[in-house]
Amino acid sequence: MIRFVAGRLAASVAVVFAVATASFLLLHAAPGGPFDTDQRRSPAVQRAMEDRYGLHAPLWRQYGRAMAQLARGDLGVSMKRDIPVSQLIAEHGPISALLGALALAAALGLGVALGAIAAWRRNTWVDAVVMTGALIGISIPAFVLGPLLIAALSLHLGWLPPARIAGARSLVLPAITLGAVYLGTIARLTRGGLLDVLDQDFVRTARAKGLTERRVIARHALRLGIAPVVTYLGPAVAALISGSFVVEKIFQIPGLGTYFITSVAERDYPVVTGVFVFYAALLAVCNLAVDLAYGALDPRLRDARERAR
Amino acid sequence: MTAPGASAWQRFRANRMAVVCGGVFLAVAAVCYAGPLIAGAAGLDATTIDAWLGATPPGAAHWFGTDTLGRDMLVRVMIGGRIAIAVALVAAAIAVAIGVSYGAIAAYAGGAIDHAMMRLVDALYGFPTLVLIIVVMAVTGARSLVALIALIGAISWLTLARITRGQVLGLRRREFVEAARALGAPPGRILVRHVLPNAAGPVIVYATLALPQVMLTEALLSFLGLGVQAPLASWGTLVTEGSSQIVVYPWLLVFPAIVMGAAILALNFIGDGIRDVVDPRRAGSPGRAGSPGRAGSGGRAQSGSR
Repeated sequence: MIRFVAGRLAASVAVVFAVATASFLLLHAAPGGPFDTDQRRSPAVQRAMEDRYGLHAPLWRQYGRAMAQLARGDLGVSMKRDIPVSQLIAEHGPISALLGALALAAALGLGVALGAIAAWRRNTWVDAVVMTGALIGISIPAFVLGPLLIAALSLHLGWLPPARIAGARSLVLPAITLGAVYLGTIARLTRGGLLDVLDQDFVRTARAKGLTERRVIARHALRLGIAPVVTYLGPAVAALISGSFVVEKIFQIPGLGTYFITSVAERDYPVVTGVFVFYAALLAVCNLAVDLAYGALDPRLRDARERAR
Repeated sequence: MTAPGASAWQRFRANRMAVVCGGVFLAVAAVCYAGPLIAGAAGLDATTIDAWLGATPPGAAHWFGTDTLGRDMLVRVMIGGRIAIAVALVAAAIAVAIGVSYGAIAAYAGGAIDHAMMRLVDALYGFPTLVLIIVVMAVTGARSLVALIALIGAISWLTLARITRGQVLGLRRREFVEAARALGAPPGRILVRHVLPNAAGPVIVYATLALPQVMLTEALLSFLGLGVQAPLASWGTLVTEGSSQIVVYPWLLVFPAIVMGAAILALNFIGDGIRDVVDPRRAGSPGRAGSPGRAGSGGRAQSGSR
């Protein structure tokens, strides 16, 4: 088990450095520097600014410096605002993380419940309604759902604030907008996973004990049937990041997503690289957690893994 | 796996929802491609600016209303559909080409090569690929339609690779493949002529399901200002323009959003319908077939205990 975790950690570190290398090369191959503006500056000032950030050193030197910094956990300093990238992440990250966690947690709870109900009442109108709803949730992009929700619930009915973050109520609409896709996907995966499991021996045993179908699903089948949902969580967190770009733009939330997109437009090299590396590291950790959760849910898989060693 | 054609068609037809959705999508596509020609004959196009007219609500002259520059929204939605559908088809085709060859090669090579190739797919699954193409598009300044299509295709092949690999793994030990090998057919020929045609069913399912996914990716990039650029417009761009005006001119959002939503929903239903045909065991189940799972990384014990 420890070897498995250590191996995965090493792989994660490798991925993070690969990402850092790729984005370093990409940014340096790109046309246009961070100090190219319409402002008129004397060449001396221009040169001094570029010198300060070491932009005249040979590429491999710049690369070596960037990697050494990264190894120390230093993500660099913004070229536009003169603040460390790690400080920017600490300032703008929490609100994005809160929103993402809220959306994913709500989608997980509701989605598993709805999927289980659909599997329990399979091939009835309940099933059809839930699954059609889920497919609609998947098919409506956040940038359509968000403005519609704002128009209906806040501007028309005045129930919830339309934008910005001020208090818990203002998180409701962004969380719904962000979570709808996950709700739909998780409901579909739960139903599919349960139907896969329901014809297995241990389920037949549970039924033979005289348990009601509801108890069979809730107590016995769900634990294994939920496996596809757990697998999906890794990609879900990845999609949550791009989702945050959209939702933060719609609701004017000053989160990391907004900040990242702004920095991309401004060609703020260290911020783009730093945030991208941060995203990659975050996802590596999440995927490791998913793998561990997977083993905890399905004992057979855990054993298989140990046998493989 | 492949049922005789007639029975497959019957099963697809039995799924009324999928048939209706197939009709809906074909109708939307046909209107998008033919509509502007008819509208052109009636004197309507997507580019004539009539600033005096401005944004007018839907009416007899302009069924979907006009945008703030006085352009007819119906024609704009149709032209936007042409681009959205074309981008989706080509990008999905690229994704299928990459995914099928990648998965087939991994499965056929087997052993360490297979393991390494599938570990890469696992890693990419948990990787912010969309963020990567945002970074690429932003820093290279690439804004052309070709670059957009290529990049979307380049990140959308992962599921197809897993599905193809699973199919080929199952097929490559079958007798008819052994027979072809015994006759001295080279691996490439065996793969293309004997293995892949028999893996077609599930691949078609996931290729169909890749279409709405790719369409959403394009719309999302357009929303962030990195996708289809003016003067061209896709459904994604129209929705983006409309969403900023929703209070004053709601029809600018509502019509493109409904049409795009309907197209994506229809494609998803068609994919589900085809899956039921290909894999009758799962008929009526909109969950996913084949559980791609974390294949390649030691696999899951799930199906072993059947």
